Amino acid sequence: MSFIKTDDLHEGGIIRDAGNTADYVTGDWRTFVPKFIEENCIQCMFCWIYCPDNAIEIDTSGDKPIMKGIILDHCKGCGICAHECPPAKKGKSALVMVREEK
Amino acid sequence: MEQKLVALSGNEAVAYAFKQAKPHVAAVFPITPQTEMMHKYAEFVANGESTTEMILVESEHSAMSAAVGSAAAGARTFTATSSAGFALMWEVVYIAASLRLPICMGLVNRALSGNINIHCDHSDSMGGRDAGWIHLFSENAQESYDNAVMAWRIAEHMDVRLPVMVNYDGFIISHTADALHMLPDDAAYDFIGKFKPNYTLLDPENPITVGPLDLTDYYFEHKSSQLAAYDKVPGVIQAVSEEFAAMTGRHYGFCEEYKMDDADMVMIMLGSSAGTAKDVIDEYREKGVKVGMLKMRTFRPFPHAYIAEKLAGRKAVCVLDRSASFGGQGGPVFMEVRSAMYGQQIPIHGYIYGLGGRDFDLKQVATVIEDLQKVAAGGAINDINLLGIRS
Repeated sequence: MSFIKTDDLHEGGIIRDAGNTADYVTGDWRTFVPKFIEENCIQCMFCWIYCPDNAIEIDTSGDKPIMKGIILDHCKGCGICAHECPPAKKGKSALVMVREEK
Repeated sequence: MEQKLVALSGNEAVAYAFKQAKPHVAAVFPITPQTEMMHKYAEFVANGESTTEMILVESEHSAMSAAVGSAAAGARTFTATSSAGFALMWEVVYIAASLRLPICMGLVNRALSGNINIHCDHSDSMGGRDAGWIHLFSENAQESYDNAVMAWRIAEHMDVRLPVMVNYDGFIISHTADALHMLPDDAAYDFIGKFKPNYTLLDPENPITVGPLDLTDYYFEHKSSQLAAYDKVPGVIQAVSEEFAAMTGRHYGFCEEYKMDDADMVMIMLGSSAGTAKDVIDEYREKGVKVGMLKMRTFRPFPHAYIAEKLAGRKAVCVLDRSASFGGQGGPVFMEVRSAMYGQQIPIHGYIYGLGGRDFDLKQVATVIEDLQKVAAGGAINDINLLGIRS
């Protein structure tokens, strides 16, 4: 990650380019990580709704939004997505939490 | 310029000064002995003399929070408090300075608990000495008024952008009717000028984030920028004070130098007690004792280079603190002055006096001058002494 030069920081530590959270990488706090099992996904978007960060990657280019996976730069491994993911495909969910192995 | 001579309490005088700046917002919560100031201000608003939006909050923590929100939104903002009220503001006092918000505050100096006490000492202000505010001290109602007028100019200067507290002694100044010269409203507002915020939360075209999470990667850099800001403050205080003097004939700087030209012995203090000390200094001067005083107006930023220069070559120096630093080496002003004098071989000792409003009388000043003479002649004295305490 590159740093803003100290002389270029804004007075009082304010951020003038608001909405820059996506640039601030925080995804190294996890113990568990959601694993996306695409064939079980019914595109309900619950994971996207419930994610407290912006860690669900959605393709919005088509008529309907399509769940593409997890943005690991921002996922803290809280597990809410996996908890909310409905076991809609013969009792199987599209998101399950697994211990992250580095 | 023609100035009206009026008789007002210190609280009323400061309320007038704040009104003359036409602030957009005041964050208000009562505490003795400050209450009367906001009481007076509420009267201005009720009478239609001021259009300030008064936010009545439920605590001082909220008062300072409201002030921070208001100033971040781009409004000229002030508040006022005393003692425990200032202590309750604590967390947000730091935030106001860190966010570089030019809030003005009247701090009507009162002792901190316990035991509970409503009278004057400087422990409230001194507790906030490291929070990043500019601290101005006043000797009487006139100086409280003048500091409250100049506070806006200093706080809002583009090189400063820091909050300023105008300190004046609880009851001794705040509740005592005193004669002072007041600027006409137009002249005061022309001097203070229109507030130009550096940033504002109320600009949807240019959204900003204020007070974000700031961790190991940037916090230190932000603090380094904040630290650098204080180097620019002394120059601004000087320039604003000179402009004020040209308009009013009343001169201010970092300190008032009282009979300092040929003084062998110097006492340093701040607040209303300086008036008492001047009388006794005059008596001793008549007897040929070369004693003078530096009455500090600016405690933060501390004018260390100025103090070192003014004390160079003196025979004895003492500092009177109206607050204690428990477990520290003397009071806060003593520590600062002694540090500023590092490398100078001049004896310096300190006093703690007037805690909880204990009267500071002529006899105590005489004791100080007698001690100074003893030290100047090569005698010894304790580093720190209590003044006016029953044995």
